[in-house]
Amino acid sequence: MAASDMDALRQIFFQECEEQLSELEAGLLEIEGGSTDMEIVNAVFRAVHSVKGGAGAFALEDLVRFAHVFETVLDEVRKGRLAAAGQVVETLLRAADVLADLVRVARDGGDVDQSRIQAVSDELGSLSGTPAASAADEPEENLDDLGFMPVVVELPIFDEAPAPEEPAVLEYTISFKPHASLYANANEPIVLMRELQRLGEITVACDTQSIPLLGELDPEGAYLAWTINLKTTQSEEDVRGVFEFVDGDCDLTIAVNGEETGGPSDVDIEALLRSVREEAAEQAAQADAPIADAAPEQPDAIAAPSEPPAVAPKAEAAKSEKSGNEKSGGSEAAQPTIRVDLDRVDRLMNLVGELVINQAMLSQRLMEAGLARSTEVLSGLDEFEQLTRDIQEGVMAIRAQPVKSVFQRMPRLVREVAAATGKKVRLVTEGEGTEVDKTVIERLADPLTHMIRNAIDHGLEKPEVRVANGKREEGLVRLSATHRGGRIVIDIADDGAGINRPRVRSIAEEKGLIPTNAQLTDEETDNLIFLPGFSTASTISDISGRGVGMDVVKRSIQALGGRVSISSRPGEGSTFTLSLPLTLAVLYGMVVTVAGQTLVVPLTSIIETLKPKLSDVHAFGGEARVIELRNNFLPLIDVGRELGFRDQGADPGAGVAILVESEGGAQSALLVDGIQGQRQVVIKSLEANYGRVPGIAAATILGDGRVALILDVDAVVAGSRNGSLSAESALALAG
Amino acid sequence: MSKTILTVDDSRTMREMLLLALQDAGYHVLQAEDGIHGLEVLKDKPADVIITDINMPRLDGFGFIEHVRRDATHRAVPILVLTTESDAEKKSRARSAGATGWIVKPFHPVKLVDAIRRVAG
Repeated sequence: MAASDMDALRQIFFQECEEQLSELEAGLLEIEGGSTDMEIVNAVFRAVHSVKGGAGAFALEDLVRFAHVFETVLDEVRKGRLAAAGQVVETLLRAADVLADLVRVARDGGDVDQSRIQAVSDELGSLSGTPAASAADEPEENLDDLGFMPVVVELPIFDEAPAPEEPAVLEYTISFKPHASLYANANEPIVLMRELQRLGEITVACDTQSIPLLGELDPEGAYLAWTINLKTTQSEEDVRGVFEFVDGDCDLTIAVNGEETGGPSDVDIEALLRSVREEAAEQAAQADAPIADAAPEQPDAIAAPSEPPAVAPKAEAAKSEKSGNEKSGGSEAAQPTIRVDLDRVDRLMNLVGELVINQAMLSQRLMEAGLARSTEVLSGLDEFEQLTRDIQEGVMAIRAQPVKSVFQRMPRLVREVAAATGKKVRLVTEGEGTEVDKTVIERLADPLTHMIRNAIDHGLEKPEVRVANGKREEGLVRLSATHRGGRIVIDIADDGAGINRPRVRSIAEEKGLIPTNAQLTDEETDNLIFLPGFSTASTISDISGRGVGMDVVKRSIQALGGRVSISSRPGEGSTFTLSLPLTLAVLYGMVVTVAGQTLVVPLTSIIETLKPKLSDVHAFGGEARVIELRNNFLPLIDVGRELGFRDQGADPGAGVAILVESEGGAQSALLVDGIQGQRQVVIKSLEANYGRVPGIAAATILGDGRVALILDVDAVVAGSRNGSLSAESALALAG
Repeated sequence: MSKTILTVDDSRTMREMLLLALQDAGYHVLQAEDGIHGLEVLKDKPADVIITDINMPRLDGFGFIEHVRRDATHRAVPILVLTTESDAEKKSRARSAGATGWIVKPFHPVKLVDAIRRVAG
C-alpha cells in the first residue's frame, strides 16, 4: 500500500475517531440520564471497539492499551455483569475523556498526563475485576492476541516469498472427506485442491464409492472423498493451513513421506510450533466439540449444525430488526454519503459565486441593450436566475452542517468547569440538528466554550447559595440553536444570579471605561461587559480568566457577521444570544450611493428607510446631528463623511436615511445619497489584500461589473459614536 | 473477469483499508455499513465473496451470515468473518452461522487475499 494511501487512511481513521468519540459521549450521557436501552450500551461498546481496532492498525499502542481496558469494562456492562449507574458511569465518562485525549495526542502529538491515564485505567481495572496492573503490564500479550500489525506492505501480493535454499521435497498424502457442513458453509473442495496445487505438484484421486442411488441421494449430503498426493518443499504447517477453514467440517489425515504426521520434523522449531498449536487446538476443540460431534456420519448433517444455534440467531435477528426499527428515525445510517475534500466544495462555491455575478451581469447587459423587452429573452433570463440561485443554495447546503458537532463538545467542558468550581451543573442542549455553514460552526467553538465557562463560573451560584435562595442545588445551563429569519440564533442561558449591574458599573467606572456620571439603562450596563479590558473577576480565575474577555467573544462573533446580545434578570439568570448568518458566502444587501461610490448595506441590519424632513434633523453640539423619528432622537450618521468620501456634511434633505440596528439593539440612521436597489451579493473578502478596513466588512462585484464595498454597520455606528473609525480599528488591532 | 467482493463493516477506516487492499489486488468492491445494509446491497448486486465484521449496529455479523445463508441466491457465496477477536468462541459461532472462513484484524493485505483465494479460488 502506498504511503499516500496510508496517510489518507490515517485521516479517515481520525475523522472516524471523532465520530466514535461523539457517539461514545452521547451514549454515556444517555446512560447517565437513566437510559437502560441495550442498543445504547452496544453502540458505546462498538465506539470504543472501533477506535481500538483502527488504532491497532496504526500501531498506536497507548491508545490500543487504554481502549482495551475501557472496552473490557463496557463488555461487562453489555453482558449485564456490571450495572452502569452512579460511580461507574462517572468513571466511564472520565475514561471517554481520556480516550479523547489519547486520540488527540495520537493525531497532533504532544504530551499526555500519564498519571491521569493510569488513575482512570486503575479505576476501570477495578470495575472489570481485572487488576489494573495487568492492563499496563501485559500490553504485548494483548496486542499479540489482537494480531495487530501495521499495514505497510507494498502490493502486488502475488509475489512469492523467496524460497529457502535447497529445500527438501516432501511427499504428502492427504485424505480428505468433507462433511455436509463444509458445503453448507460455502467451502469448495475444488478450491482447496487448487490451493494445494499452488504448493506443489498434486495427483488427486476421487473416491465415489459412497454415492448412493439417485432415490436415496440427498442433494445437500456429502458423499465424495479424495486422496491427494502432494510433492512440495512447503512445511506441513502450510499444507494444513490450506484446510484451516474446514477444520472440523471434514475428516482429514496428512501423512508425510508415508508417515502419519506428528512424526519428527527435520526442524525443531517446527515441532515446537506444532506442539503450541496443538495445545491451542485442544482448547479450541472444547469449545468446538458439540458442533464437531454433531456433524459426522449424518446424511442430513446439514440440519444438525444449524439446528442448535437456530434459536439464538433467530432471537438475535429479531432483536436486531427491532433495534433497526428503533433507529429508523436516524435515517442517516441508511442514507448513503460521500466524503468530499473541503477544498473542492470551496472551489465550487467560488465558481458558483462567479456564476451568480456573471448571471447578474448578463441580465443587466441584456437590459441595457434593450433585448430584455422580448418576453422570450425575459423568461429565459428569469429561469437562468432561478437556476443559478438553486445551484447556489445547493452548494451552500453541502457546506451546511448541524451544530451538533460543536454542541457535543460542551458536556465535557461543563463537567470540567463544574468540577473546578465546585458547582453542580446540568447542561441541556436543544436544536442540535440546526444547520449552518461549516466555517461558522468551526469558529463558533471558541466563543461558545468561553460563554459556557462564563455562564458556570460567573453566572451560576455555589450550590449552598442556590439552596439558600430557594433554587435547586443544581444549576441549569441551556444551549439552544434555531433558525430565525435567515439566520441561526444560539442562546446560552443560565438560571444563575443574573448580571450584577451595580458591580459591573463600578468596575467600568474604576477602569475608566465610562464616566462616573454616565446615565445608563440596564441594557447598556449589561453591554459594558463586552468592552475591551473589562473583566468582572477581581482575580483572573483559572476557568474563565485566561486573559480573554467577552470583548474577544464579541469580536469573533462579529467577524462572522454575527451579533451578541444579553438579557439578564437579577436572581433569575442571564441569556446570551448569538445571531449569525447561515453562510459566509452571500449576503442580502441594499445597494446605495454615497458620494458617487456604490456601497452595500446588509439587509439584516436595516429596519426601515425614509426620506428625512429637514425639520426633523437637529444639530447636536459640533457636527453631530440627530433625527427625530416618532418622538425618538436617533443619531444621524453621514456615511460619506464617516468613511472619508467627502469632507462636507451631506444635505440630509437631499438624501435617504437608513434606519439600522447595531449590536445591543441600539438604533441609528445612516445618511446616504440614494438607494439603487436590493440584491443578493457574493461576498469577496478584502482581508487577504487589505487587512481589516475600518467600516468596511468586505467587497462584492455588482451586475454591471463594478466593485462595491459592503458596509460594516456596527463599526460605522460605533465609529461615529467614538468620534473616529480609526480609533476603533486601532483598538481592535491592539486586542 | 474480476471477482466482486462485498465488505460489510461499520468502521469507515476498516472499509477503506479493505477497499484499498482489495482494489490493489484487482477485485471489484461493494461496501455496506452493517448487516441490514449488506442484505440490501446483495438484493441488487450479487457478490462472489463476502467479508463481514461481527460487531455492527442494527444487524451484527452472525445475524447477517444467517440471513445470507437462508437466501437461496446467496447460500453458496463464501463468507469471511473479519474480527479482532481471534478467540475460538467467536470463530465457532461464526461457523455455526455459516461463515466459510475468517480473517483476523488488522489484516495484512497478503493474508487478506490469501483468505479470499482459499474460499473462492
